[in-house]
Amino acid sequence: MSEHADVLIIGAGPAGLSAALAAANDGAQVVLLDDNPLPGGQIWRDGAQANIPSQARHLRDSVEAHTHIQRHAATRVVAKAGSQALLVENPERGWVITYRSLILCTGARELLLPFPGWTLPGVTGAGGLQALIKGGMPVVDERIVIAGSGPLLLASADTAKHHGAQVVRIAEQAPLGAVATFAMQLPRWPHKLLQSFSLFDAGYRTGTRIVAALGQDHLEGVRLQRGNKVEELACERLACGFGLIPNVQLGQALGCALGNNAIQVDAWQATDVAGVYAAGECTGFGGSELALVEGRIAGHVAAGNREAAQRLWGERQRWQRFAGSLNQHFALDPTLKHLAAPDTLLCRCEDVPYAAVAAHANWREAKLSTRCGMGACQGKVCGAAAHYLFDWPPVAPRPPFTPTRIETLIQLESAAQSEH
Amino acid sequence: MPDLHLDGRPLCVAPGTTVAAALALGGDGSSRTSISGQRRAPLCGMGICQECRVSIDGVRRLACQTLCQDGMQVETQA
Repeated sequence: MSEHADVLIIGAGPAGLSAALAAANDGAQVVLLDDNPLPGGQIWRDGAQANIPSQARHLRDSVEAHTHIQRHAATRVVAKAGSQALLVENPERGWVITYRSLILCTGARELLLPFPGWTLPGVTGAGGLQALIKGGMPVVDERIVIAGSGPLLLASADTAKHHGAQVVRIAEQAPLGAVATFAMQLPRWPHKLLQSFSLFDAGYRTGTRIVAALGQDHLEGVRLQRGNKVEELACERLACGFGLIPNVQLGQALGCALGNNAIQVDAWQATDVAGVYAAGECTGFGGSELALVEGRIAGHVAAGNREAAQRLWGERQRWQRFAGSLNQHFALDPTLKHLAAPDTLLCRCEDVPYAAVAAHANWREAKLSTRCGMGACQGKVCGAAAHYLFDWPPVAPRPPFTPTRIETLIQLESAAQSEH
Repeated sequence: MPDLHLDGRPLCVAPGTTVAAALALGGDGSSRTSISGQRRAPLCGMGICQECRVSIDGVRRLACQTLCQDGMQVETQA
């Protein structure tokens, strides 16, 4: 069984939703996939304890109502299934989708770095905490420490406080000077100004990094360091993320060139693979406004409407400048490369300690002799950490890209036969 | 209001609740035991890390990307 799309879009966050609407309004038959149960991506995550902005609701409703858009929720890309076809799987079935154009809107994930105690229950990513709370996880009266880097720490703290948690500390690794310079530039982007300043918090400390998560079977506290001063705080949760990294794996697997660790695109949002476009955070971190306009450009171009796409170039350029400022001021301090102890697990799937991986010359050698990156997450967590810690370039993933049922994989065979 | 079972115990949650949230609402929040015997709980919250994988009606799925449904049988990995 297979399905055909003029324009196939992977990811239903801001970029994917706006790409779908632009392409469908130009007359293309669009198929929109996302691995989450609800559209919106990370920034517009809906759920039991979520409140999404009216702009997001409007865009989502327009996509739902559009007769040219077929949306598949909880659906993952498993493998390439021919020259212009992908094998996908949802909880019930697997099937092949063929396409004329493909738009990758795969977003970004958090950079999670190993430090002593990071595997304890109670430790999550910073955006991870926000996502879990929106999905209904209770945090009322819990003491929470948020650590790592970037504006996401403030957004996560805001969500936690709104749901009754006591945020006892927000530890930002970037120095005060850099954060202040960034904050002073915010008036140039009026909407961002409101967003960020309403989030500032009395527990916010710059130049402060996580040293360890403390506890035996679950988290009981954290140790933080600012300069030479070490601070221990009791808490029930630690949310720790070190900024965002583009999800480039699918692009890499399709042969798209990378630049600055993101999928490289031209002014038309086109990758160097014919018929494959990319938009939003997978092309570099820039926030939802940039993702929306990039998505619209990619949608129009994929549907053959270059004039409409070109009219959006000015708007895109404005948000690109904001992204540049963000990336510059929250650059990671090199001391973060030394958070892990020799016995700290680097690979959480195969329980491989830091020292075992660090003994190798490159990622491939480390994988072959330690099994790091060969477990369920396929190196999405430890591979990204190793890239940062050891400067080992990320390698293209091999299919299946995600744990997959055998019945789904069998469909690759019939897809291959129908190509001949 | 979906009614489900978590490790055999009944649990009623608000509509839109993920199975990852249900682990915290109806248990100690943990999802699995790692190959070296550590208890683990959801980490990334967005379908990347696979720490939250549990058995749902006999099929291995990610708790953070699954919404609770009436009659679901959720089993954490001992």
